[in-house]
Amino acid sequence: MAQITLIEAVTQALAWEMKHDPSVVVLGEDVGVNGGVFRATVGLQQKFGPERVIDTPLDETTIAGLTVGMAAQGMKPVAEAQFEGFIYPMMEHIACHAARMRTRTRGRLHVPAVYRAPWGGGIRAPEHHSEANEHLFTNIPGLRVVMPSSPARAYGLLLAAIRDPDPVMFFEPKRIYRQYKEEVPDDGEALPLDVCFVLRDGQDITLVTWGAQVKETLEAADALAQEGISAEVIDLATIKPLDFDTIAESVAKTHRCVIVHEAPYTAGFGAEVAARLAEHSMYDLHAPVARVTGYDTHIPLFRLEMKYLPSVQRIVEAAKRTLAV
Amino acid sequence: MSICASFEIEHRQFLDADGKLRANAPELARDFPQLIALYKQMLMVRVFDAKSVALQRTGKLGTYASCLGHEAVHVGIGSAMRPEDCFAPSYREYGAQFCRGVQPREVLMYWGGDERGNDYSGPRHDFAWCVPIATQCLHAAGAALAYKLRKEPRAAVCTVGDGGSSKADFYGAINVTGAMTLPLVAVIINNQWAISVPRKAQTGAQTLAQKGIAAGLPCVQVDGNDLIAVRSAMDTALQRARKGEGGSVIEAVTYRLSDHTTADDARRYRDDAEVKAAWAREPMKRLRAYLEAHKHWDDKQEEAWKAECAAHVDAEVNAYLESKAQPLTAMFDYTYAELPLDLARQREAALAREQAH
Repeated sequence: MAQITLIEAVTQALAWEMKHDPSVVVLGEDVGVNGGVFRATVGLQQKFGPERVIDTPLDETTIAGLTVGMAAQGMKPVAEAQFEGFIYPMMEHIACHAARMRTRTRGRLHVPAVYRAPWGGGIRAPEHHSEANEHLFTNIPGLRVVMPSSPARAYGLLLAAIRDPDPVMFFEPKRIYRQYKEEVPDDGEALPLDVCFVLRDGQDITLVTWGAQVKETLEAADALAQEGISAEVIDLATIKPLDFDTIAESVAKTHRCVIVHEAPYTAGFGAEVAARLAEHSMYDLHAPVARVTGYDTHIPLFRLEMKYLPSVQRIVEAAKRTLAV
Repeated sequence: MSICASFEIEHRQFLDADGKLRANAPELARDFPQLIALYKQMLMVRVFDAKSVALQRTGKLGTYASCLGHEAVHVGIGSAMRPEDCFAPSYREYGAQFCRGVQPREVLMYWGGDERGNDYSGPRHDFAWCVPIATQCLHAAGAALAYKLRKEPRAAVCTVGDGGSSKADFYGAINVTGAMTLPLVAVIINNQWAISVPRKAQTGAQTLAQKGIAAGLPCVQVDGNDLIAVRSAMDTALQRARKGEGGSVIEAVTYRLSDHTTADDARRYRDDAEVKAAWAREPMKRLRAYLEAHKHWDDKQEEAWKAECAAHVDAEVNAYLESKAQPLTAMFDYTYAELPLDLARQREAALAREQAH
C-alpha cells in the first residue's frame, strides 16, 4: 500500500467519492487543468472530465454562490477557496444561505456542500495567504467546521464531509500538507465527524489543539515526556460542533489543560473551549486553563511569521506553568 | 482605428400606456382567453397586495414588501415558466410565485414571522425568498449549472432590482452564465428606486440591460408595465435556455408605486408628481383598456372577478391568522439534518425551561 501525504489524501478522497457518487463535482480557481495551486485536485479533471472538475471564473463570490445553487438542486459540490485569506467574499453565501437554507425552508431545500480551503501560515507565502480564521465560522449555526491533521484523518474526514447532508467547512493545514507520509487505505471508509481524536494518552495535563498545531503540540508532549510529564493530546478535528465530552473526560483525569491554536488570541476557538471548561469542569481543574495562540495581530509577513505561530517551546512553557500551580 | 465590437439595446413595448397595440406584436396579443387569464392573475395579486398592506397597518403582519405596480412583470415571468424550471426570487415577486402554485397564506406566513412560509407549495425546488440583495442570482446560476451538467432541459430564472444589479453577485452570475453557457434568465426589475436611492445613482450605464453585453449574453429592455412585452421576452429567453443555447438578461422597466416596504415612507425621498406620472403608466389599466376595447372585458366582469379575488384572499388571510406558531423546538430542528449532541442539549434545556414555566 502506498504511503501518502495529507494533500495526497485529500486528492484520494475526492477521487474516491467522485468515482462512487456522480453528483459530486469539484469547482474553484485552477482546480482543473492545473490541479489546484497546491495540487489537491491533480489528475481529477483527466479522470472525471471538465464537467465535474470545473475551473470557474476568478471570483470567490461566484464559486460560493454557484455551490449553494448546485447543492440545493441535488448536486454535491466541493468548492475550493484557493487560500483561507481569500474566503471572505464567500462568507455571505456560506452564512446567509448554505448554513441557513435548511432552517429557512423548514427542510425543503438543503445544501450538502463542502467548502475546502488551504489554511494557516508557515509556508513563507505572500500577504493574505496565511490566515487562520476558523473561529469566524464556528459561530455560524448550521455549519460544520473540520480541520484534519494527518493524511488518514484528511481522507476519512473529507469523505465524511462530502457525504454529510449539511455544509461543511474543510480547512486544510497547508503547512503540514507534505510534512510526512502514512499508509491510507483507499477503501472509502469515512471517519466520524463531531468527535475529537485522542492522539496521545497522558495523566498529568491535557493539551487541546487542531489543524497544523497538532505537529507542535505532539512535539511538545515528547519534550514534556523527557522531563517525566505525561501529556494527553486531543485533536479536536471537528471544531464545530464541539465534542466537549472528550475534553471534559480528559481534564477530569489530568486536572490541567493547555489549549493551542494558531489563530489570534481574543475570541479564537480556544476561548470557547476555555469557557466550557469553566462552566462544566471547574471543580476538576487544579490550575487555570492556559492558551498558547497567535497574537492579536495580523499574521506577519514571512520573515517574522514563525515568531507568531505557537512554537514547541511556548507550549512546553505554558504546560510547565500550569503544572507549577 | 477600427471598431472591434459594437452593440445596441432594443427596447420592446407592444402595449402602450393607453392600451394601444403597436405593430409586430406577438401572437399572445390576439390570444384573448390567455390574456384574460393573465389579467385576472394580475388583479388577484393587486387585491392580495392591498390586503397585505392593510394587515400590516392593523398589526396583523410584520414588515411587508409590497409589489404594487409590478403585476405585469411578475405575472409575465411566472406564467412563462414551466414547473420544472427553477425560480430564484428576491422578496416581492408574489405574482410570479402565485403562477407557480405558491399560496397567498404562505407569503403572509413568511412576513408574519414564520419560516413555514418558505416551505411553500409550488415547485419544491424553487429557491426561498432572498433578502440579501442579488445573492439569489448566483443560486440560480448554480441551479442552471446543475441542470446543464445533468443534461436536463430546464431553465433557472432569477429576478433582481435596479439596485441589486449593482452588486457583485449579479455581475458574477451573468458572467459565469456567459462563460459556461448556462440556462439562466436574469431579469432586472428596474422599478427606479432602491429604497431611497434612484436608478441614476446606481450606475452610469444608459440601460441596465446592457450589463449583459459584458457577459456575452443577449439582452433586451422591455416595458415592464406591458405584460405582452415581458411575456414575449421571457418566452424567447426561456426557449433559448432550455435548448442549451445559454442565458439572457432582460431589463423590465417599471415603477415601484408603493413604499419599499411597510417600514418605509417614500414621501421622504420622491416627489408626488413623479409617482402620479407613474400611475398613468401602470400595468393593469392598459391591459384592461386593451381587453375592453376588443370587447373581452367589461366593468361587470371586473367587479365580479374583484369580488372573487377578495373572497379568495380573505380565506387565505384567515388560514394565516388561524395558524399557530411553531413549537419552540422548531428553531432547533432544521439547523442540521441530524441534531448534533451539543445542540440537542441546548434544545433539551430550552424545552425544559419552557415546560417549567
